[in-house]
Amino acid sequence: MGAIRKKIQDKDLELIIGQLLRYGVLLSSLVVVTGGIVYLVRHGYQKPDFDTFRGEPDKMRKPVEMWKAIWHGEGRPLIALGLLLLILTPIARIVFSVFGYLLEKDYLYVSITLFVLAVILWNF
Amino acid sequence: MTVLVFSGLIFAGALSAGLLGSLTGLGGGVVLIPLLTLLFKVDIHYAIGASLVSVIATSSGAAAAYVRDGISNIRLGMFLEVATTVGAVAGASLATHLSTAAIAIVFGTVLILSAILSFFKNQDNLVTGPGSRLAQWLKLASTYPTPEGKQDYTVKNVVGGFLMMNVAGVLSGMLGIGSGALKVLAMDNIMRAPFKVSTTTSNFMIGVTAAASAGIYLKKGYIDPGLSMPVMLGVLTGAFMGSRILTRAKVPQLKKIFAAVIGLLAIEMIYNGIHHTI
Repeated sequence: MGAIRKKIQDKDLELIIGQLLRYGVLLSSLVVVTGGIVYLVRHGYQKPDFDTFRGEPDKMRKPVEMWKAIWHGEGRPLIALGLLLLILTPIARIVFSVFGYLLEKDYLYVSITLFVLAVILWNF
Repeated sequence: MTVLVFSGLIFAGALSAGLLGSLTGLGGGVVLIPLLTLLFKVDIHYAIGASLVSVIATSSGAAAAYVRDGISNIRLGMFLEVATTVGAVAGASLATHLSTAAIAIVFGTVLILSAILSFFKNQDNLVTGPGSRLAQWLKLASTYPTPEGKQDYTVKNVVGGFLMMNVAGVLSGMLGIGSGALKVLAMDNIMRAPFKVSTTTSNFMIGVTAAASAGIYLKKGYIDPGLSMPVMLGVLTGAFMGSRILTRAKVPQLKKIFAAVIGLLAIEMIYNGIHHTI
């Protein structure tokens, strides 16, 4: 019985993870496309400037500043938000796996998954 | 050239990179970064940032299907992600201290290695039986679907595979690529997992590995939205088209041409790196 139950939960977990990844990519692409249109309408006729590295201002890197700039109708911070959602997708997948392994009472993998999560979040 | 034309050209270039990358299994990042830096004269830091973002997009998009089909070994992936994420963080931190020229030289070298690795014969491994004690403790044995039903397998050389994954993680974090070739090498050639399991699990891991270095890239301002937008959308579209055109068929001829192109780009990057013209 235990083995059967474990199999079913593994399969469910895989399905959920698959859907999560799919919708994460879809959602972030939609946000990036929207931001891209706004950006091209506002800046399409300027000259591109990527040949020297200067880093990025806060509104392209920090969620709070990003959000404020989006409400000002800026395109690039909206693209940045879409990219942030994209980066969060695999991280959300990890969080889901922690709960999945908790349900399976597989504490070895709960620890392994939490470690991976900690490494990622520690650097944000 | 205006931003509009520039974005259009980048989109077209990224689409080709994504299409070729998915058809040949070499990934989009390896041709994308030389394209951006050599042809479009984009600073290599921005190129790495945009490439990393596109790597997350294609990995997550493709992994969704493989996970659903039950081919990816999720426990194996999760365990090896310990090695790749730690490596990626180290690699990304290292990249922020390296000069543009040094990154170009390392990139060119890795590019040549990836091109050579792509011609290694993929063995169709099958390790059965109880497996090593470490593999048992980590529950790395699993099954994968075949036309004849579910096939049981386990893996060998867990420590060796783990160390190779660490190297793959460092390179991924340092260069903004997926390092899929090295990840497959670790699982296929060292751990002897079945080839299909190696490739799909590698794909599944790439997004998580890239997410580990993305935090550092974001903080350092490597990810420019104006550049990343056409790159990400282009690579994603190209990879999706690639998966529709050919799901299973092998393309040795295309692979040879692509490897030759990559080799030439690599030499050009190393040359420019040595002469500090990148």
